[in-house]
Amino acid sequence: MGKKTFRAALNEALHQEMAADPRVVVFGEDVTGGTGGDGEQDAWGGAFGVTKGLLGAYGRKRVLDTPITESAFVGAAAGAALTGLRPVVEIMFVDFIGVCLDQVMNQAAKFRYMFGGKTRCPMVLRATFGAGARSASQHSQALYPLFTHIPGLKVVIPSNPSDAKGLLIQAIRDDDPVIFLEHKMLYDEAGEVSDQPFTVPFGEARILREGKDATIIAFGRMVGRAEEAARILSAEGIKISVIDPRTTSPLDTETILEFAEETGRVIVVDEASPRCGMAADIASLVAEQAFGALKAPIYKVTPPHTPVPYAPSLEDAYLPDAARIADTVRRSIAYKGKS
Amino acid sequence: MQLTRTDLGQAYRKMRLIRTFETRVHAEAQAGRVPGSTHLYAGQEAVAVGVCMALNDCDYIVSTHRGHGHSIAKGCNVGGMMAEILGKETGTCKGKGGSMHIADLDVGMLGANGIVGGGPPLACGAALSAVTLGTGAVSVAFSGDGAVNQGTTAESLNLAMVWNLPVIFVIEDNGWGEATSSDFATAGSIVDRARGYGMAAHKVDGLSLSDVYESMVQAVARARAGKGPTLLHITTERFYGHFNGDVDTYRSAALKEDQRANRDCLIRLRTMLTEGGLLEAAELNDIDAEVEAEVETAVVAARAASEPDPANLTTDVYIHYGQGA
Repeated sequence: MGKKTFRAALNEALHQEMAADPRVVVFGEDVTGGTGGDGEQDAWGGAFGVTKGLLGAYGRKRVLDTPITESAFVGAAAGAALTGLRPVVEIMFVDFIGVCLDQVMNQAAKFRYMFGGKTRCPMVLRATFGAGARSASQHSQALYPLFTHIPGLKVVIPSNPSDAKGLLIQAIRDDDPVIFLEHKMLYDEAGEVSDQPFTVPFGEARILREGKDATIIAFGRMVGRAEEAARILSAEGIKISVIDPRTTSPLDTETILEFAEETGRVIVVDEASPRCGMAADIASLVAEQAFGALKAPIYKVTPPHTPVPYAPSLEDAYLPDAARIADTVRRSIAYKGKS
Repeated sequence: MQLTRTDLGQAYRKMRLIRTFETRVHAEAQAGRVPGSTHLYAGQEAVAVGVCMALNDCDYIVSTHRGHGHSIAKGCNVGGMMAEILGKETGTCKGKGGSMHIADLDVGMLGANGIVGGGPPLACGAALSAVTLGTGAVSVAFSGDGAVNQGTTAESLNLAMVWNLPVIFVIEDNGWGEATSSDFATAGSIVDRARGYGMAAHKVDGLSLSDVYESMVQAVARARAGKGPTLLHITTERFYGHFNGDVDTYRSAALKEDQRANRDCLIRLRTMLTEGGLLEAAELNDIDAEVEAEVETAVVAARAASEPDPANLTTDVYIHYGQGA
């Protein structure tokens, strides 16, 4: 056990799985950096430094820089996974999925079903996501609902360093294609992480706190903000449950419904766009399956339906924050319904 | 590497099997027994067979929407294929894929593909597996002339060179991307495009089985020796329209007649075999009859087979998809 950053936890997971299984290979743009140059090799270790040091440990046969060619290398990951490797590929920003979505959506995701259950495609597509870095509209999106929508994919969104490690190891060992989304604003967050390899199962929510008054369900970076809101509310005597589903596909519907039933008030905090996002998805789940227990409408706390802006004042207004979440909880609790 | 008499007999059998299979699929489709679209390979047989004859069982191919010929040439079972095309539970993919998604990894067939240009990146991946795992295998990306204008093809040519992959890009140029001619749709030369990446590339007459085979043998030898990828631009003929519902009015009757009469790879091989004294017409007729019977058996069995049980609608999506596991 030791305090590690989110980045270090991911790096440790990659090291441990590459050491354990020679079929695990890592490739993507600048996953080492410096290839072909006369200067430092492994200069970047990934644009965010997550793959740093893998080159030295496992060599160029298993840690490969690619050209800037997402369609080719994501498709190559799918083809390699079909034929015996366990590739972990990095899309620098999930926004770039736009140039290679076919290889994910129509190839990797569909092989097993189209081919009558006779194949496996154990690939992991790691990508950074999320707003907050002043990176504007093409480098900041939270596109997990897009992947969640596609049968055949598993979608993972760690919110803390320990989960990042355990979920990544699970993703690498998993025999289905996994989209693993890392919020870029979490890389420097530190937390206790076991030194040993361990897995966090998919489809099992983490319950951060239990309180009887309302349930907040949040993903990724929004989990921390939900916690912050819960602390504010706690000081006011309002006791909140906070649930982090950790994976959107599979989704731990059981835990979500259990807490919806127990508290009768549900607030979903989602960094994705509001239309057809996870907040909408969970709201529909709860409305359909826990309607009788609800004491208030299900409230969604999301960004507006706009691209992610650049200027700090705009981007800060774009993202849900603890104050907005807390306000929404108060609104839920104050709801009286029709008399 | 010269083809022996036995090789040529086997090649003829495979080509005839593809032709007969496709003719029967066409008939089944006309009769309304094929639930979806099929894209027939008839006319192109020398390409699939010439390419796959140069491969071992451990080698991989990725195919296209026009994939029946590739599947048969690589060794897929025609009974399973016919049942798949008719949407039956005994199909190669249990009726879940259909004509455009036939795959059998046991024979190195990584799947037909409904997306034009979908395959080349996958072939790069299979080649990467071969290199990393040291299996010595090569992979082949079959693509049509339409796919050369997809970014995935360009990206894959580059990646294959950059990573020095044992992959062979087989561009089957039947002159038509759906209903638009490749003369119109493709600028410049496909071979020059590959050479622009520094890749070995050759234009090949796809009506000649031996030309296809010999160029593939060289490409495979290069790939296995670690000398990198090759592109083969193979010209060929598409006898039917783009898909089974295509009435194909964009090609003149005269052109289609000429195609069947003078540019049929199967007739060419047959003529070469008989006139060269390699195989007697009677032997070839026997092969034809045997193939006819084999396909008839496949059709009868496919028609009689059960449709997939709707209970299986939701299986085979994931290997494991636990909720609250």
